[in-house]
Amino acid sequence: MGLDVYLNVAVAGVLTGLVYGLMALGLSVIFGVVRVVNFAHGEMMSIAMYIAVVLFSSFHLDPLVMLVPIAAVMFVFGYALQAGLINPFITRPEHSQFLLVVALAIIIVNALLIIFGPDARTVQTSYAYDSFEIGPVIVDASKTYAAAAAIVVTAALFAFFRFTLLGKAIRACADNYTGALVVGLNVNRLYALTFGLGAACVGAAGTMMTLITDVTPALGPGYTLLAFVIVITGGLGSMPGALIGGLLIGLTEALAGLLFTPSAKSMFAFGILVLVLLFRPQGILGRRLT
Amino acid sequence: MNSTHMLPNRRHLLAGTAAIAATVAAPAILRAQGGPLKVGMLLPRSGFEAGIGQDCQRGVDITPGILKSLGLPELTIINGDTESNVDTAREHAEKLISDGAQLLVGAFDSGQTTAIAQVAEQKGIPLVINIAGAPDITEQGYKFVFRNFPTAPMLTRDGFLAQKAVFDIVGKAPKTVAFMRVNDTFGTAMSKAFAAMMPKFNMPYTIADEISYDPAARDLSVEVTKAKATNADAILVVGRLNDAMLITRELVKQRWTPQAILSVGPGWYEDQYIKTLGKLSDGPMSFVPWYDPNKKLSKALEDALAAKYPGINLNTNHVYTFEALLVAADAYKRAGSTDPKALADAVRTTNITDNASIGPGISFNAKGQNDKIIGGGIQNRGGKLITIAPKEAANGQPVWPMKSYQDRA
Repeated sequence: MGLDVYLNVAVAGVLTGLVYGLMALGLSVIFGVVRVVNFAHGEMMSIAMYIAVVLFSSFHLDPLVMLVPIAAVMFVFGYALQAGLINPFITRPEHSQFLLVVALAIIIVNALLIIFGPDARTVQTSYAYDSFEIGPVIVDASKTYAAAAAIVVTAALFAFFRFTLLGKAIRACADNYTGALVVGLNVNRLYALTFGLGAACVGAAGTMMTLITDVTPALGPGYTLLAFVIVITGGLGSMPGALIGGLLIGLTEALAGLLFTPSAKSMFAFGILVLVLLFRPQGILGRRLT
Repeated sequence: MNSTHMLPNRRHLLAGTAAIAATVAAPAILRAQGGPLKVGMLLPRSGFEAGIGQDCQRGVDITPGILKSLGLPELTIINGDTESNVDTAREHAEKLISDGAQLLVGAFDSGQTTAIAQVAEQKGIPLVINIAGAPDITEQGYKFVFRNFPTAPMLTRDGFLAQKAVFDIVGKAPKTVAFMRVNDTFGTAMSKAFAAMMPKFNMPYTIADEISYDPAARDLSVEVTKAKATNADAILVVGRLNDAMLITRELVKQRWTPQAILSVGPGWYEDQYIKTLGKLSDGPMSFVPWYDPNKKLSKALEDALAAKYPGINLNTNHVYTFEALLVAADAYKRAGSTDPKALADAVRTTNITDNASIGPGISFNAKGQNDKIIGGGIQNRGGKLITIAPKEAANGQPVWPMKSYQDRA
């Protein structure tokens, strides 16, 4: 095989990895602050994907244009979910939280199945099959847009948490729950806001994912698992970690598929996860929990 | 209380025995009374195979009217969803039997069907397989399992024969192929069959590389890049709907149109593939069990499908699911009973010559396999499926090579 094959696969792996990173970002944001492990992550993303599909099939609204509106809708959904359902479970044992979000995930999958049926739905944009030819490398246009969105969303979130007062207040809640209460922060509201932000990330990711994959109700659990592999690899709670985890998994899968066998792609991704858990349990960019 | 009142006398004992005997005998009496046969219909209605499962369901939906027109008894269908999962298939087979299913039909996927066959045999309930190609299923010595669908070696044999027939017609043949396949039970069985049988059939091509992948894959860009790197003339593929669509999209994006896509399995002729990809769905050839468009029952099926699902092409999923139910109804009529053993005996002696699929008809050998089925070759053209092989069932000529994806509007 020539060098161009390796280059093509590496570029595809990087782009896929960035999209994976965008997908896992919301999970990392929510856990980093609220400390709730969202097992309904992939299922929430499926909701955003179906919103994008319906908007496209009914009104021909391009997912790239609908990225921000869908993220806003998902923000409201996440805020309401946290304030109305998850907040009472914040101080309860972890197994209660686990059962709650797993139940939520099952409800979402079945609701989508009832509403949309099991058939795959697709968004056929005018650029769905476009690719850029750069020398010997052919770059998938849709993946490029999704990867660019991943970088922009991550940068925006990073800036929000780093430079805004609200972002700093949320970080304060994440660092010290009791301390945040003592200084008078409305922790419940900030938690709901964070969950909303996480859901907005999920919304953005889901919208972009419709450009590169068909949508079915059964997608959710697979994406939840993949998101966990990525954020645990990158560091649970770390936003850049999610992106790096995504990149690492995307690239590993691509190169393993090329050098060994595509059947073993997932095996290599999980191999990376095992190595990280063995030698750096907090993840590549995660902070060691005390 | 006088203790003598506690002991049953001989009259009570006789009455009790008679009551118990009547209760035990009741199901047998009920079984002999007729009424619709309860058929447990197991299909992957959700999960990654949902598209094909739903397509098979269309075959179920058009069955009642045709059975009635053939003078066959009514069937009561109890639906079960395997969720595209082997364990769920097993659980639902058990549930359907406990819910009163007297015969099972299913389940499209070899892995899921293998699990269902184990349950059927264990419980002594006949299973008529609609679609599943793994040869092992009918090599276990099962007494209650019957398959009106080719095994992987039969699929391969007929696939090779039909391909050679097409190569003869067009006067061209690929020298090398990239073999892409799913890594599940079906894909692995087909791979073994290819390896064993290719030399015997003296195929004009060699396999440049074998690329296996997860049937539930979300992305096949690396797989297609790898196939493209072989510089093969054509793609030989054993897959399903999900991966057929992913591969096609990647071929377009990676700007590679092979001379031909030769599919030996489902996916590429599915209605959803054609509807989703539009003009990009044109060209692939599928060498699969198919129906003879010239047979009377095929025309009845086409009419029934057109009436119920306008715009959908009749395909293997509909035909073989219908034929499995045809076998069930025919056996029930001849058995005159819902007793599982009597039903199994009746299925074993099936001899339906007026069927829809290509070949002389439906009958089963000692292993429960219909070994008389002949595979066909079809090509996607303009949203329609043209039968291109065998010659006696053909209704069109093959087009070779495929039109470049980049030249399609």
